[in-house]
Amino acid sequence: MIMAENLKNPENLVYEKTKVLTDRVLHYCPGCGHGTAHRMLAEAIDDLGIQEETIGVAPVGCSVLAYYYFDVDMTEAAHGRAPAVATGIKRVMPEKYVFTYQGDGDLAAIGTAETIHACNRGENILIVFVNNGIYGMTGGQMAPTTLENMKSTTSPRGRDVKTMGAPLKITELIAQLPGTYYVARHSVHTPANARKTKRALKKALEYQKEEKGTCFIEVVSNCPSNWKMTPVESNKWMEENMFPFYPLGDIKVPQ
Amino acid sequence: MAKKGDVVIQIEKCKGCEVCISACPHEVLAMSEEVNSKGYHYAVKVNSACTGCANCAVVCPDAVITVYREK
Ligand SMILES: Cc1ncc(C[n+]2csc(CCOP(=O)(O)OP(=O)(O)O)c2C)c(N)n1
Ligand code: SF4
Ligand code: SF4
Ligand code: SF4
Ligand SMILES: [Mg+2]
Repeated sequence: MIMAENLKNPENLVYEKTKVLTDRVLHYCPGCGHGTAHRMLAEAIDDLGIQEETIGVAPVGCSVLAYYYFDVDMTEAAHGRAPAVATGIKRVMPEKYVFTYQGDGDLAAIGTAETIHACNRGENILIVFVNNGIYGMTGGQMAPTTLENMKSTTSPRGRDVKTMGAPLKITELIAQLPGTYYVARHSVHTPANARKTKRALKKALEYQKEEKGTCFIEVVSNCPSNWKMTPVESNKWMEENMFPFYPLGDIKVPQ
Repeated sequence: MAKKGDVVIQIEKCKGCEVCISACPHEVLAMSEEVNSKGYHYAVKVNSACTGCANCAVVCPDAVITVYREK
């Protein structure tokens, strides 16, 4: 027992919440991947020692309050417009590291134009795309990314591709554009996956320093509340249903 | 022998999602019978097999867990 108590001193510390996240309690639902995705990005910023030089752009969606949680300079964009706002910031302050953090409704529905054109212009920014296949914040409406036959409040009998279109793999689309330099898809639902996500985010920020163009990291994530599952069930459902359609791994890597 | 580790769980921050439970390779964590002030069951240590691998802390969406490991 005495041994165990002695362990808890600063020189034995191996993991604590990064200082790049504030101490505010996250408003996210229990088990929601947004919290882990935030932390992996914050740790990447911490590891690179660029907290003071980083500027983030928050979206509209459940992560609308991201500026409360990242202890870096941040602003908020109108729904879907984060890549356009980030473009402006980066062009005025090219020495800063600029990222957007966006959900699938934000990035792949209302913000499709801003996303595609920022990537096509090869803006020197990092786009973090959290894809949970649904409009989480507004109560679970269908998103462009909603899987075939997946139920949502606006596809109560499941997404019918005949009338609603096929789910959009916007990340694969983005990867075709010459302006994108590094495009990858990860998840944060297991320790190994979360660590891979962090490594990808770090790499992306390093490429930004080298002015390589747009880096785009998708995080396939869960929405236990609107998927109407427990967090653990939602992660399993994600593995079984989301990953076959949205396979994890590198999509475009530097030549 | 594996190094000894320990975790500190901020029970008031825990939302009872249980994501940390299966992330632990040594079944160190389980959910409490009691609830915190928000009404969530919270993660608790149930044995001393912790190696300080930090898996639980890495997947905790709410950054509830701090990890120590002997040098
Ligand atoms: C111009 C405008 N249109 C619609 C909305 C309503 N709205 C808020 S969040 C949201 C979708 C968010 O979904 P997503 O981007 O996937 O984020 P999530 O909550 O799932 O993380 C919508 C349609 C809005 N706030 N502003
Ligand atoms: S509604 Fe879904 S995406 Fe939003 S915080 Fe809750 S679980 Fe996360
Ligand atoms: S640090 Fe590793 S061994 Fe210790 S409780 Fe967490 S997951 Fe289990
Ligand atoms: S992952 Fe975090 S919030 Fe979820 S039960 Fe474990 S300690 Fe609590
Ligand atoms: Mg969404």
